[in-house]
Amino acid sequence: MKPKAAAFLSHSLLLCGALFMLLPFVWMFFTAIKAPSEIFEASMWPWPRTWFGFAHFQEVLKSAPMGRFMLNGVVVCAGILCVQLLVAIPAAYALAKLPFKGSEWLFLGILAALSVPIQVTALPLYMGLSWAGGLNTYFAQMAPFFLSMFAIFLLRQHFKTYPDEIIQAARIDGLTEWEIMWRLVAPAARPALAAFAVFSVVAHWNDLYWPMVVISATELAPPPLGMLLFATAESGANYGALMAGASLISLPMVIVFLLARKQFIQGITMTGFR
Amino acid sequence: MITFPLPARWQMVRGTVIEITHSLPTMFYSHKKSMGSSLRISGISKTFGQHQVLTNVSLQVEPGEFVTLLGASGCGKSTLLRIIAGLIPADEGDVALDQQSVAGLKPSQRNIAMVFQNYALYPHMSVRDNIATPLLMSRLGFWARQPMLRRLWPGHRAILQSIDEMVCAVAKGLQIEALLGRKPGELSGGQRQRVALARAMVRSPAVFLMDEPLSNLDAKLRVQVREELSQLHKRLGATFLYVTHDQIEALTLSDRVAVMDHGRVLQCDTPKNLYQKPANLTVAKFIGTPQINCWAMQVDAMGRLNQGEWLLQGKLPLPAGSKVTLALRPEQIHASHNPSHFDQEVDVRIKVKLTRLENHGPEWIFWAQPMTGEAVTLTVRASTQSWPQLAVGDPVWLGWMLQDCLLFDPQGQRLDLELTPGSPH
Amino acid sequence: MPNAQLSKPLSTAWLGIGMAAPAGLLLIILYALPLISLLVLSLTNYELGALDFQWTGTQNFQRAWADPVFVRSLKNTLLYMLIVIPGGVFFGLLVALLIHPRIRSRSFYEVIYFLPVTSSLIAMATVWQFLLHPKLGFVNAALKAMGFAEIAFISDPGWVIPSLALIGLWQMIGFNMIIYLAGLSQIPAEIYEAAAIDGMGAGWERFLRITWPMLTPTTLFVVITTSISAFKVFDTVLALTQGKSESEVILYAIYLEGFQYFKMGYAAALTLIFLALIVVASSLQLLKWDKKVHYA
Repeated sequence: MKPKAAAFLSHSLLLCGALFMLLPFVWMFFTAIKAPSEIFEASMWPWPRTWFGFAHFQEVLKSAPMGRFMLNGVVVCAGILCVQLLVAIPAAYALAKLPFKGSEWLFLGILAALSVPIQVTALPLYMGLSWAGGLNTYFAQMAPFFLSMFAIFLLRQHFKTYPDEIIQAARIDGLTEWEIMWRLVAPAARPALAAFAVFSVVAHWNDLYWPMVVISATELAPPPLGMLLFATAESGANYGALMAGASLISLPMVIVFLLARKQFIQGITMTGFR
Repeated sequence: MITFPLPARWQMVRGTVIEITHSLPTMFYSHKKSMGSSLRISGISKTFGQHQVLTNVSLQVEPGEFVTLLGASGCGKSTLLRIIAGLIPADEGDVALDQQSVAGLKPSQRNIAMVFQNYALYPHMSVRDNIATPLLMSRLGFWARQPMLRRLWPGHRAILQSIDEMVCAVAKGLQIEALLGRKPGELSGGQRQRVALARAMVRSPAVFLMDEPLSNLDAKLRVQVREELSQLHKRLGATFLYVTHDQIEALTLSDRVAVMDHGRVLQCDTPKNLYQKPANLTVAKFIGTPQINCWAMQVDAMGRLNQGEWLLQGKLPLPAGSKVTLALRPEQIHASHNPSHFDQEVDVRIKVKLTRLENHGPEWIFWAQPMTGEAVTLTVRASTQSWPQLAVGDPVWLGWMLQDCLLFDPQGQRLDLELTPGSPH
Repeated sequence: MPNAQLSKPLSTAWLGIGMAAPAGLLLIILYALPLISLLVLSLTNYELGALDFQWTGTQNFQRAWADPVFVRSLKNTLLYMLIVIPGGVFFGLLVALLIHPRIRSRSFYEVIYFLPVTSSLIAMATVWQFLLHPKLGFVNAALKAMGFAEIAFISDPGWVIPSLALIGLWQMIGFNMIIYLAGLSQIPAEIYEAAAIDGMGAGWERFLRITWPMLTPTTLFVVITTSISAFKVFDTVLALTQGKSESEVILYAIYLEGFQYFKMGYAAALTLIFLALIVVASSLQLLKWDKKVHYA
């Protein structure tokens, strides 16, 4: 095939796909700023004919505590990330640099746990929390995710490549293992940590299953649950408000992605390649 | 597949049909047995973005010659090789094989083969399949190569068998038949190199292009494979175009070497001429270890080089005050304890003091500065037998013949002049 | 200093244990104990809030196979996976192949294709619900404009799983594309050069003989992650159909039994079946592909 024709075909295929990818976003945003009468016309064109303004957004912000949802999302994700790192960094360091009896078993256990999703452990964890009276709390939302197998796996790979000689020199200089780990080895894996942080935040920001199981109080709902509550409350055809709500919910992660794209992509490719 | 005996006439027709379908892919280029082709590169220029990688490069390689492109990293030699192979298009200029331009021909149609620095073996294929790939692509038509359709093609089994025979023959020639079933990942560096060579040889190309094939081998293996490459060249009689940054490889393997620097060919000549008659200062400094001695001098009012204690008088066609460079190879400088008694005949004698010393076993290499205070360091080789004791700071007499000296003009071009000693006033 | 070296082997071992202890502890609390309790629960008929329960042995598991909702959820999930896995691999690879050689438009396309991956599925599912709406949606409007009858994507049992699969694909393609892009960039340029010299220019033959075989580890990873993601489909069902129109999937059935009907024992049995299927599927794929995977 001639190079020009091939390039043209390639571009057209990609653009078609891009349109398919963007269609929901475009539709979502424009419907949110359309008048209800126009929405019901079921036209094929996204753009509103007359300017309706952001009334739908105002409606959403009035009837649903979007700010609260966002805040909950931030609290939960930040909490999860902090504990994940606090647990994973020492564990990965120990697995990589301080061999002890049973470290292989621990690693195998972690690998095995990788294939056990939250949806499997949800039932017993729910029962345990319910029995302990811990439902409807931030802690309940965060707890199952404190152990991140991805983080341990990823960091172990990175720490393994850290030169032993530097650690030995540091030990001779009198640094404790704790200091070595936090001051020397962990900072060296900063790109991996950044990538993982972005990955973890996005995964847990958009998580629905577990929050739905443990949270029933609206004040504690993270964004996806908030969206669900809003959608069910809104049941009926107020699509304008629904789309406005969806736009607001999606916005934070889109912004994070646009800002931290490289870390994002690195995070995904890093967890894939051993 | 059911076969039934055909009457003789039909056998003939069937045979002819198969012959034609076999030869169809090869009709588009002359499939010579590897008696090398001549290679002519004229006026090749190439720019990548802002960076001019090659500037007006021209080269003529005779059939069966072994020519090396020698230069430091970034001088454009690998780019030139890829332009010849057809992997990159040139901005300007032309490449011709056997006086026929190959412009517009795909790499596989140019009757060339290439050996890469990192071998570029297909990791998922066995050694046998690796070597067979070029033949498979050229001998079997497009539709016949597709996995399912292959069986429908008449005579495909015969072709595959002949391909297999050629693969085994080449493998035997390089002593790798035992490895045919293995994958590249299971082989050592030297073995991979041979497989890469086999894949190149199996096409019986007219020109072999080699991009630093020995760089990834360890030193001992490098010497061995170098020798084998040399013998291979003699055996095949094909044209070899070799790229390297290693002088020793270039000088020992090649019929001629093209020294390249910043996208230009500085000189293309036999190793001997490159060493003894470098065209310019860059070539002179590049070739030869330790580096040639360079002495910056100024032409005086009478067209001579006045160095105080000694004087060079030659008809220098340069204005007074021009800066020239006198160059001298370390082994051409002779050392002695006293000025009147040198082992060889010398024209010039100067007294120096040693500043640095290295014992290389059979010889010393030392660096010395003239006691008259000129800011020049001379590198000298002296046998350890004649000089059992040497130390930094020792005074030594050095002498050389003027006819051994090379003179370079202010632009770095060599001046072909006779230098005679004059008497200092 | 001599002390540091002598006591090193012993002290580092204890230090290692200490550092890994939190992780180990969490592993037990969050994974080992729950799995054990699932096992125990599945052998009972415990319901949340009940005062007592009985040991029922394998009755829960037997009930599962006879339960029409659960069986339907298995079929639905299977159908969903059969659409999403090949589709995700094919389109992810196709997009990656088209984007990889580009220099100027590469980031542009990367961003657009990856955007769905970052978005909240629940929000986007609502948008898709609107897009697929029989009366108000864009897709049906387009169909009507082309002369076709309108299709009730969400309420028609025949269309609902493929529609959910479409939404799942929409979100999956960008992720797979990124993985494939990374895999493609690991193929050395020299291999493509050698292929060009051997007679394979950029095209079908080069893809068939070089690119695809060298991507087998990547494809394995993509297939496994896509399968596991597809197997865990839940958000779209929750948002769009709530299981109506016969659209239950495995996780949704488990969710109903456990958190709506509070039949803990039964739900635990279903969960164990779910887990077993995931583990079996991943191991099968690993084994099958391990033979075909060509590591350089």
